[in-house]
Amino acid sequence: MMNKLLFGRFIPGHSLIHHLDPRNKLLLSFYFIGIIFLANNWPTYLCLFIFTMLAVRLSGIKMSFFIRGVRPLIWLILFTVLLQVFFTRGGTTYWSWGPIVLSQYGIVNGIYIFMRFLLIIFMSTLLTLTTQPLSLADAIEAILKPLRVVRFPVYEVALMLSIALRFVPTLMDETEKIMNAQRARGVDFGEGNLFQQMRAIVPLLIPLFVSSFNRAEDLATAMEARGYRGGEGRSKYRILTWHMSDTWTVIAFALLTGVLVWLRA
Amino acid sequence: MTKIIEVEHLNFRYPLTEGRPALNDVNLTIEQGEWVAIIGHNGSGKSTLAKSLDGLLPLSADSGTIRVAGMKLTEDSVWDIRRQIGMVFQNPDNQFVGATVEDDVAFGLENIGLPRDEMLTRVKNALARVRMTDFADKEPARLSGGQKQRVAIAGIIALQPQIIILDESTSMLDPNGRIEVLNTVQELKEQENLTVLSITHDIDEAANANRIVVLDDGEIKESGTPAEIFQYGERLIELGLDVPYAERLKAALRKRGAAVPTEYLTEEGLVDWLWTSHLKM
Amino acid sequence: MDITFKNVAFTYQAGTPFESQALHDIDLTIADHSFTAIIGHTGSGKSTLVQHLNALLKPTSGTVTIGDRVITPTTNNKNLKPIRKKVGMVFQFPENQLFEETVVKDIAFGPMNFGVAAEDATKTAQRMLDLVGLPQELSDRSPFDLSGGQMRRVAIAGVLAMEPEVLILDEPTAGLDPVGRRDIMGMVERLHREQQLTVILITHHMEDVANYADHVIVMEHGTVVKVGAPRAVFQDVNWLQERQLGVPETAEFATALQKRGFKFSQIPLTEAELADALLDQLPGEAVHQQHDE
Repeated sequence: MMNKLLFGRFIPGHSLIHHLDPRNKLLLSFYFIGIIFLANNWPTYLCLFIFTMLAVRLSGIKMSFFIRGVRPLIWLILFTVLLQVFFTRGGTTYWSWGPIVLSQYGIVNGIYIFMRFLLIIFMSTLLTLTTQPLSLADAIEAILKPLRVVRFPVYEVALMLSIALRFVPTLMDETEKIMNAQRARGVDFGEGNLFQQMRAIVPLLIPLFVSSFNRAEDLATAMEARGYRGGEGRSKYRILTWHMSDTWTVIAFALLTGVLVWLRA
Repeated sequence: MTKIIEVEHLNFRYPLTEGRPALNDVNLTIEQGEWVAIIGHNGSGKSTLAKSLDGLLPLSADSGTIRVAGMKLTEDSVWDIRRQIGMVFQNPDNQFVGATVEDDVAFGLENIGLPRDEMLTRVKNALARVRMTDFADKEPARLSGGQKQRVAIAGIIALQPQIIILDESTSMLDPNGRIEVLNTVQELKEQENLTVLSITHDIDEAANANRIVVLDDGEIKESGTPAEIFQYGERLIELGLDVPYAERLKAALRKRGAAVPTEYLTEEGLVDWLWTSHLKM
Repeated sequence: MDITFKNVAFTYQAGTPFESQALHDIDLTIADHSFTAIIGHTGSGKSTLVQHLNALLKPTSGTVTIGDRVITPTTNNKNLKPIRKKVGMVFQFPENQLFEETVVKDIAFGPMNFGVAAEDATKTAQRMLDLVGLPQELSDRSPFDLSGGQMRRVAIAGVLAMEPEVLILDEPTAGLDPVGRRDIMGMVERLHREQQLTVILITHHMEDVANYADHVIVMEHGTVVKVGAPRAVFQDVNWLQERQLGVPETAEFATALQKRGFKFSQIPLTEAELADALLDQLPGEAVHQQHDE
């Protein structure tokens, strides 16, 4: 039961970060990823690090959740970092073996790359931990709105997105039920060779498709019965509001950018 | 009394099917404020009838006529008719459109383009009427089946329709959920003078009705008050309804040679009858 | 094959910030060839409990003994298949698990997973169609072309085809019309009687408990609050009604009669029992005929 409530791993809270306008949060997260590339020396990275830690602190969410966010990417990070460490030349060379070297620049670059990963993951984790998936969908809708000029069906896409999000827990639940039912009939999921594993997935996928189609049909009927006839002429219940704190956050990011430009080598 | 639903010579056949039509020359009139239960075994055409009233099935020229709240159902009037009818379907999950309770209640209001201020009041009132105010910001995954159905009902009354159709709305619920939903509908019906059409297998739901209509093979076979229909006893199972307890006990007594009354008795009625007979000993 | 729970607790997502305890302090025994009903509100832990019976879940603490196998929190996930063959499980709305092209193939899927040859599995599948009361003509039809009630029988046949000793059914009649309910329960009763299956039934229908079960487990807030024969459990009508668990309609009706002045030596649970008890308290024109129920 709890399992399905964790999609997007949103953690309810009342922190400053939770209450920011999702449009602002989404755009600033992307902006942050951009300005990370301004950093190119110790002071700039330190600055970004302090800023991120401050943001994490303000969210009131335990550090362990952020570290959990790093875990699935740990191999990618290690691979990239090691590539940097062993193939960058420059400064003092400590050790070498054929094309592989261990140099001063290599180590420094490795640490920078590691920091970059860490900061990006922490910031995007912060976004998903403090923002409901639905609010994110609202933010995406708001940001895409100008595309209506080129007849892009923004409302429909937004509704699709919000319905998709709403059904994620339902489908996860369903997947678990069907998996259990097939396990009870002797299926081993995740065991045996690749071919056996592929075969085991069929008794899961077909029932999932069938039930999703049935749900879609029911949902379409229900929506029609409730008067849904396309995006035009609809009013909106959920609205996003820009608060003073949003303005302050933007100012903080502007200051950060200024400091980075000033400190970078 | 005003006639709120009038169905004349309604025929319907699902596209690409052979054999019997799903509905065959159905004639039915429902008065405003009436509660009519439609019963019938699976595949008898009950849901088809409900869906066609709401214009959810493609009707052809020889389909017959449907009038709802004085409007003849046509392609032009269908959206106005849907505003007069709220439908609660069987599967609580598959009609929950919004990501949270309040969003779901607002969905129908957004569809008619209601200004936001008005929406806020209506959503709040509707949730209070089905006693779901505390759940306004909850996601559907946190609700029980009965709660989801009550949210569906809130979404309907927010639109202030004249008719509610319950299309097997309680069949997937546990006993408590069923009671919750039925009590809610009962209450609202009395407050708003709503017309209720309930398609059901549930004996308690049918007992709430003023009139029961029996559908079989797409045709209306009988129609009568619950008391008239319930005295069919064991035959009710074939008609898609449970047998009321008093009838079951009467049958068991009759089998043992006791001379029980043939007319329908409520449970209290049967208790009285048994006690009076006992005193004659 | 007996099944025994000793001091079992189960926590979902144990060790994470989201852990939630679903079961605690469970001690119980389900005897071979018994017909056990599990009752309790939605969320009381019934479904979590039965998933321990075929090792779909392992206890977080305590032990579950299934026949000669002991399942502990550290039991290896491998080699659990023999348990799943012996303990068949029909989930709620089991028609959702159908996936094969034909009815027979779907029913044969279970046995084939346990190493039965295709030909033998097909034969078993055809036998199972009879057992669940479906005509052989349906063999080569797609399960998705059947009616809801028929699909459910195919799904049950698919579990029976593994020829289990224990059959668990989680609300097998949910969402069916009265005819469908009567047929499914009749079939379960027949399987219990003729095939000597141990049956474990999760249900909200107290009538079914009164009519079929010989052992009742009442669950509340993740633990067992009452165990016993139906008559013992239903004796205390008030206790059950306070918990909004419902009682068989006969028991409720008999309680109303008692308030009027009728006397019963023990609380009747079925119409037949109540009718028998009433006959003696009604005037003489009641002719005693054969009691054939």
